[in-house]
Amino acid sequence: MSTDILYDYTLPPASHWSLRVKRGLSIRFTDIGGGANLGLLFFNPENLLERYNAPDTLKCQHTFKLTRGNCLYSDMGHIFCSITEDDLGWHETVCGNINASQVAAKWGNLGYQQSHNDWTQNGHDSFLVEMTKYGLGPRDMPANLNIFSKVVADEQGNLGLDENHSPAGASVTLRFEMDTLVIMHTCPHPLSQAAEYPRAPVRCEFFKSVPVSNDDYCMNFRPENQRGFANNRLYHLGSEAPAGGV
Amino acid sequence: MIIESALLQRNADFRQTVEAGGYFIKTVRRGQTLRILDLEGNQAADTLFYNAGDITEHYSAADTIREQGNVYLSAGSTLLSNLSRPMLEITADTCGRHDTLGGACATESNTVRYALDKRCMHACRDSWMLAIAEHPEYGIQKRDIAHNINFFMNVPVTSDGGLTFEDGISAPGKYVEMQALMDIIALVSNCPQLNNPCNGYNPTPIELLVWS
Repeated sequence: MSTDILYDYTLPPASHWSLRVKRGLSIRFTDIGGGANLGLLFFNPENLLERYNAPDTLKCQHTFKLTRGNCLYSDMGHIFCSITEDDLGWHETVCGNINASQVAAKWGNLGYQQSHNDWTQNGHDSFLVEMTKYGLGPRDMPANLNIFSKVVADEQGNLGLDENHSPAGASVTLRFEMDTLVIMHTCPHPLSQAAEYPRAPVRCEFFKSVPVSNDDYCMNFRPENQRGFANNRLYHLGSEAPAGGV
Repeated sequence: MIIESALLQRNADFRQTVEAGGYFIKTVRRGQTLRILDLEGNQAADTLFYNAGDITEHYSAADTIREQGNVYLSAGSTLLSNLSRPMLEITADTCGRHDTLGGACATESNTVRYALDKRCMHACRDSWMLAIAEHPEYGIQKRDIAHNINFFMNVPVTSDGGLTFEDGISAPGKYVEMQALMDIIALVSNCPQLNNPCNGYNPTPIELLVWS
């Protein structure tokens, strides 16, 4: 069965983008050349105070890593999107972004003047640029997802990035369960020890989701997710009620 | 890391007991030391910090664990802001490990975690909502409610990527102490959660003490 791709865009390395994604759409993200890091944040476009919540996402599903079956929750108990396909088995959401001073310390600072769009952009500034377009500022930036990046913790809690986690062609698909403002960047992971500033593009293919059925893998991945979908159902009852009255 | 404090309770400039389900909000000046004392043991203190001079700067769990390269907080941890600036340093800790991954309980997440009909049980984020509503003088808004620290809470991460909420490693009289590196506002919910072992299913009081 082929899937009609409604839109196909490759986000260049060290770049940022944002858009509103409707419920019922899926995005397949593909690490074209290997070693990508995709920073992601979600906001409710109808209520920007509702945003992706990494602690709730992790504790609701008793997990530190995110993979197929996991749902990505807001702070209001709703599911922004579900991970319906995943080639990698592990994506992290606790390390945040790299910032300008960390980039400069690791790889030197290539500014726009000398390097134009090959500058060494950072994830923190990338998110700020996109968030400010919607009236959001630094105070509004929650912990983000770092798709394609695996960070492990040892018994003492020490963190380590698996630098060879994502091979060329690896993809992960998010199915959006409610209208979502998606903020993204392709800047390096903050724990990257690469010798050179990593530059990895990410392909974004949009397609219409198969409707969620009662035997849906993500909905049934954990009992918590069944209740998360129930919360979404109530939310959509509210937003789909006929206008007027009173 | 277990480090005991040399500070004596009787010399504290400020002491306040917070009952389970209550909140605490107070400015702590640069150089002052704040202690959170687990009076009866196994209690979770859900804590946020703000820069008192600019409340858009707040404690950041992601910045803190990324820069220390470790998911747990203990003595020696520097608590960083969303601008990656040091806000406080943990100077004493008789508990040994504190969580900053698990966030705070909320009525909304309780529906997901436990049952849809547990929506209307008291939760930390409700305490914070009341705190910032009753204290508009601090200027903190819902948008500023970031990811918090769970002092005294034990949330081990496993090497295969699991996350578990375990019975607390705290006990009566255990405490954590931190020195403010800037003027900060501390906002604490003394956790009312009844559905998991973070409070031993029995939420109890905590005490907050400040030394100059």
